[in-house]
Amino acid sequence: MSASTDAIAEVKSSGQRRWSLWAAQIAAILRLDVRKNFIGKRAILIYLLAAVPILLMAALSAEISWQQSRNSNIGEINIIFANLYEGLILRTIVFFGCAWIFMNLFRGEVVDRSLHYYFLSPLRREVLVCGKYLSGLVASVVLFTVSTAGSLLFLYVGLGSAGRSYFWDGPGKGQAMAYLGITVLGCIGYGAAFLVIGLFFRNPIIPALLIYGWEFINFLLPPVLKKISVIHYLHSLSPVPVPEGPFAMVAESTPAYLSIPGLLIFTAAVLALASYRIRRMEINYGGE
Amino acid sequence: MNRPEDHMIIFEDVSKFYGEILGVNRVSLTIEPGITSLVGPNGSGKTTLMNLMTGLIRPTRGRVSVLGLRADHPEVFFNRVGYCSQFDSFPRALTGFQFIDSYLRVHGRPKQEAQELAWKALHRVELLDAAHLKIGAYSKGMRQRVRLAQAIAHEPEVMILDEPLNGLDPMARAETIRLFRQLAADGLHLIISSHILHEVDMMSDSVILLNNGYIVAEGEIHDMRSEMEEHPIQILIRCDRPGLLAARVFEKDSVVEAKIHKDRQGLFIKTRDADAFYLLLNRIVVDDGLNVESIAPVDDDLNAVYQYLIGGGEAA
Repeated sequence: MSASTDAIAEVKSSGQRRWSLWAAQIAAILRLDVRKNFIGKRAILIYLLAAVPILLMAALSAEISWQQSRNSNIGEINIIFANLYEGLILRTIVFFGCAWIFMNLFRGEVVDRSLHYYFLSPLRREVLVCGKYLSGLVASVVLFTVSTAGSLLFLYVGLGSAGRSYFWDGPGKGQAMAYLGITVLGCIGYGAAFLVIGLFFRNPIIPALLIYGWEFINFLLPPVLKKISVIHYLHSLSPVPVPEGPFAMVAESTPAYLSIPGLLIFTAAVLALASYRIRRMEINYGGE
Repeated sequence: MNRPEDHMIIFEDVSKFYGEILGVNRVSLTIEPGITSLVGPNGSGKTTLMNLMTGLIRPTRGRVSVLGLRADHPEVFFNRVGYCSQFDSFPRALTGFQFIDSYLRVHGRPKQEAQELAWKALHRVELLDAAHLKIGAYSKGMRQRVRLAQAIAHEPEVMILDEPLNGLDPMARAETIRLFRQLAADGLHLIISSHILHEVDMMSDSVILLNNGYIVAEGEIHDMRSEMEEHPIQILIRCDRPGLLAARVFEKDSVVEAKIHKDRQGLFIKTRDADAFYLLLNRIVVDDGLNVESIAPVDDDLNAVYQYLIGGGEAA
């Protein structure tokens, strides 16, 4: 009885040791990779992308301030922002930003010929996938939530006192949180997809454009196909309903309690695929 | 559980093809502790063998194990194996110290221990002064040394070093060879590829000669040389009466050629059986009172073995 208790304790403690080792290794990968994601030539494009909506909203805000004297409608502006958010921030900035960040996590290291340092470490490759993914997530979430928050800030500033009151006393705060949450979910979903694309394709631009096309025509797809996309679930979460246009195939929105776990399950499945791929990956820089 | 293979590097009928291009073919090897050098021309398969050992590439056929471990389990394997590859590239914007320290942290070493090991490794390759400089500012030799430091920092039992002397100045080469000898004396496995034959000759316990993806010869250099019957061993005997010696050496059938040195103070002979010749020489010395100053094999080195087995091209 005592021996079996000891054996169970040993298994538990070795399990705990393993988890703490993996946590330490992921932290070390994050320290190395987050720095790479934020600093260096490859990061410049992302900073520029993240700045686009803020600059656009700053311009829009100035326009709104000017029009306020002519009594602009807050509901109308909300719809304008919702369209801008989904069309520009989510479908373009977050999409291409994540494509750049996550595809470069492995592909960039292959191009730089430095991936072998990880492969020659006593590190399970699945742990490497987790560490790399998290490093990409940190970079994308920080940049694109700042981008989203900055855009919202200009929106409400542009609306003046009406905007402040809408934000603090009305539904503005909740909507802002929802937009930020959608941005984070977008980074989670697109990030996983692009990480795995970067592992499977030498030139990941073409598959990225194909996915962009698929996401772009999502509103035209029949309801079953709509669900095989990230944007469908993110669209369902929008705090301000965004009309999809006269040619859209009408499909029931997926409720948040399904779309959020669905997106997380999709992410986990894609990361499992990435782990499978990386376990079989060879270093052959010459062939790249 | 102390099996013989737990102390060896074993290739069992290993082949590697890159598409239709042959990397190595039907390699079966057992490598024991000590310094083993891989020698061969460009494209002979040296780096392929090293990459196979470390799991950077997988064999198309066969099995590789290092100390009884497979690279499929990196969490165990790379605690005991270090590889200094030929890729002269580094993660961006890191100093030498940060580079080694960061990857020791990836190994899971605590901060304090990682820093201590990083300093120790930098000290071993004599790079302490440049530890806080960005690697981008390093010379080729310094980059080579920092890669070596990174490979040995976690104190592995097996070190695989692809051209580790490349780019080093003569002083650094001598120091690095001394370090290798010291590590080998501590019972470590060192697998080294090099194209500088006299250095390989000087430091290796055994040599593996490769050509076109095949192992041409393996073992201790002198054993390898003596087995090459189609190339008789050449010996120079410095003595006072080379003419007399020349007249008597043909008493043995194994001696195939004798040539008096141009200063007339020595004799070159070629023999298929060096041991028999030495016995004969002893007898001549006793019988004829020959005064022998020195006896030295002329082509009993790696360079000669390489030339005979692989040909005129430079090793790489």
